[in-house]
Amino acid sequence: MTTTTTAVQEPARVNSPGAAGGSGRRPGRIRRVGLPYLLLLPALLLELLVHLVPMVIGVVMSFKELTQFYIRDWGTAPWSGFDNYKVSVDFDAPVGKALLHSFFVTVGFTLLSVGLCWLIGTAAAVFMQDNFRGRGLLRALFLVPYALPVYAAVITWVFMFQHDNGLVNHVLHDQLHLTDKPSFWLIGDNSFWALLIVSVWKGWPFAFLIVMAGLQNIPRELYEAAALDGAGLWQQIRRITLPSLRPVNQVLILVLFLWTFNDFNTPYVLFGKSAPEAADLISVHIYQASFVTWNFGTGSAMSVLLLLFLLVVTGVYLVFTSRGRRTADV
Amino acid sequence: MSSPSSSPMAPPRSFLWSRRIFLTLLTGFVLIPVYVMVSSSLKPLADVTGKFRWLPSGLTVRPYIDIWSTVPLAKYFVNSLIVSVSATVCSVVVAVFAAYAVSRYDFRGKRVFTVTVLSTQMFPGILFLLPLFLLYVNIGNATGIALFGSRGGLILTYLTFSLPFSIWMLIGYLDSVPRDLDEAALVDGCGPLGALFRIVVPAAIPGIVAVAVYAFMTAWGEVLFASVMTNDTTRTLAVGLQGYSTLNDVYWNQIMAASLVVSVPVVAGFLLLQRYLVTGLTAGAVK
Repeated sequence: MTTTTTAVQEPARVNSPGAAGGSGRRPGRIRRVGLPYLLLLPALLLELLVHLVPMVIGVVMSFKELTQFYIRDWGTAPWSGFDNYKVSVDFDAPVGKALLHSFFVTVGFTLLSVGLCWLIGTAAAVFMQDNFRGRGLLRALFLVPYALPVYAAVITWVFMFQHDNGLVNHVLHDQLHLTDKPSFWLIGDNSFWALLIVSVWKGWPFAFLIVMAGLQNIPRELYEAAALDGAGLWQQIRRITLPSLRPVNQVLILVLFLWTFNDFNTPYVLFGKSAPEAADLISVHIYQASFVTWNFGTGSAMSVLLLLFLLVVTGVYLVFTSRGRRTADV
Repeated sequence: MSSPSSSPMAPPRSFLWSRRIFLTLLTGFVLIPVYVMVSSSLKPLADVTGKFRWLPSGLTVRPYIDIWSTVPLAKYFVNSLIVSVSATVCSVVVAVFAAYAVSRYDFRGKRVFTVTVLSTQMFPGILFLLPLFLLYVNIGNATGIALFGSRGGLILTYLTFSLPFSIWMLIGYLDSVPRDLDEAALVDGCGPLGALFRIVVPAAIPGIVAVAVYAFMTAWGEVLFASVMTNDTTRTLAVGLQGYSTLNDVYWNQIMAASLVVSVPVVAGFLLLQRYLVTGLTAGAVK
C-alpha cells in the first residue's frame, strides 16, 4: 500500500511548477515534468475514490464488530481485533465450514470454466484462422453471447433450466428419454453444472476474441518457412500457432481466472439471492453473509481473505509464467 | 492476413472434417439460447407456462406491447442509457489522458501507477461494495452531493470499473502510433494537448472505439452495484428486468421480449464495431 501513497503524493509535489510553466512559449522542460502527472490525475483520483479508499475502509471494517446496530454510524462500532477472521477461518464451526465449502466450490468451478473457455475459444480461433465461406457471419455469431448483457443472457438460461416448462428437461426427458423424471437444475447438485454451462457459454467468446487478435500478430513467414520444410497443417498449428500464443495466453488465462473467480452477476441472476450449496460461489456467499445476515464485519474479513488469496495466486502465477521471459510486465 | 492457407498445401481432410464438426456443434451451443429468446418472445403465455415447445402454437407480438406496462421498462431503459453513456464518455476521456501520459512520457512512479491501476482489476467487487456504499452515504451527509441512489454515483462507479482495462489497452494502442507524428506536431507549435487531440487521438480511433465498446458493455450489464445503489427512480435495466416475475406468475414470454429489447442496442453496436475491437486488441492488449 506504500507504493500507492507515493504515486499519489508525487503529482501534488510536481504539479505546481508544471502549471506555472504551462503558458505558451516556454520550452517544454518544466512543463514536461508536470504534464504527465496532470494527465494522470483524473484517473488517479477516480481510482482512489472508488477502489483504493473503499478497500482501506473494507480492511478497517474487517476489524470491527459491525452489525446492523452500528451501520448508520459505522465509525462507532467497537473494535473486535481478529475476531471476524477467527470466525471466518474456524472451519469446525458453521460459518467457517460454509466459507471453506464455498471456496472449494469456487476453485473447482473456476478451473473448469476457465479451462473450457480457453479450450473452446482457442480451437474456434485456430479453426477460423483460415478463410472460408461464411467465416465473417460465424465470427459475428460467436461473439453474441459475449455481447449480450449478462442478465439478459442468464435469464434466458434460467428459463431453459426450468423444471416444468424448460427446454433442457424437454429435450433430455421428453424427447431423448435420458432421465426417468424431469430433473431440477437450479437447485440441488445439478446447479453446479448448470452454472458451469452458463459461464462457459458466456465466457468462451472472450477467449476467442483475444486469441483471434493474437493470431494476427504471428508473422506469415513462419508458416511459409514451415510449409517449405514440409510441415503439414496440424504440425504448423502445433509447432507455430500454439507456441506463438503463449504471451497472449499468459494474460488471457489470468484475466479469465480473476473474472470467473470474482463473478457475481452470473450466479446472482441464475439463482437469486441464495445460491444452492453445490453452486455457492464465494462472491454470492460473502454477499449473503453481509447483506442477508447484516454482519458486515465478518463479510469484510472474508473479502479481505479472498483478496489476499487472489494476490498470492496472481503473484505466483506471474512469477511462474514469466520465468525466462523478457519481463513480467503486463 | 497471416493464415496457413497461404502455404502451398491445401488443408488436409482431417482438418476440414474436424473443423466442420467442431464449428457446427459450437454454432448449435451458441444459437440455442438465442433461438429460445427470440421464439419465446413471440409466444402466447400458455406456450411458455406449459411444456416447452420448439415451435410456437401461434405467433403474437403481444409480449412486446405488454412489457412496457408490466414494469416501467421505458424508465429503466432511459436510466440505463444515461448511466452507461455518461460512464463510457468519461471513462474514455480519462483513459486517453492517462494512456497518453504513460505512453509518451517518462516520469517517476510510472510503473507504480500502471501496476496499481491494473491490480484493481483483481479486487472482488464484493470487497468494496459495502465500503463504497458507506463512503457515498458519508459524502452525501457531509457535502450534500447525493451519490448514493443517484445516477451520478452509479456513473462514477461504472466508469472506474472499465478504467483499468481501458487504460491498459490504450497504452498498447498508443505505443503503436508512431511518435514522429506527435513530435512533428510539437515542432509545428502545437502544445502537448494539441498534439494529443489533433494527431494522436485521430490515429488511435480503432483503439478508442474498442475501449468505448468495452466501457459501455460493462456499464450496461452490471448487476451487483445496480441492485444495491439504485432506488425506484434511478433503477437500471439490470435490476428492473427482475420485475416480470410476480408471486403468482412468471411472464416468460415478456421476460424474453424485454431481454431481447435491452440486448438489441448493445449487440447491434458490438457487432458493428467488432472489427475495431479486434484491431484495437491486436495492436493494444495482446501485443
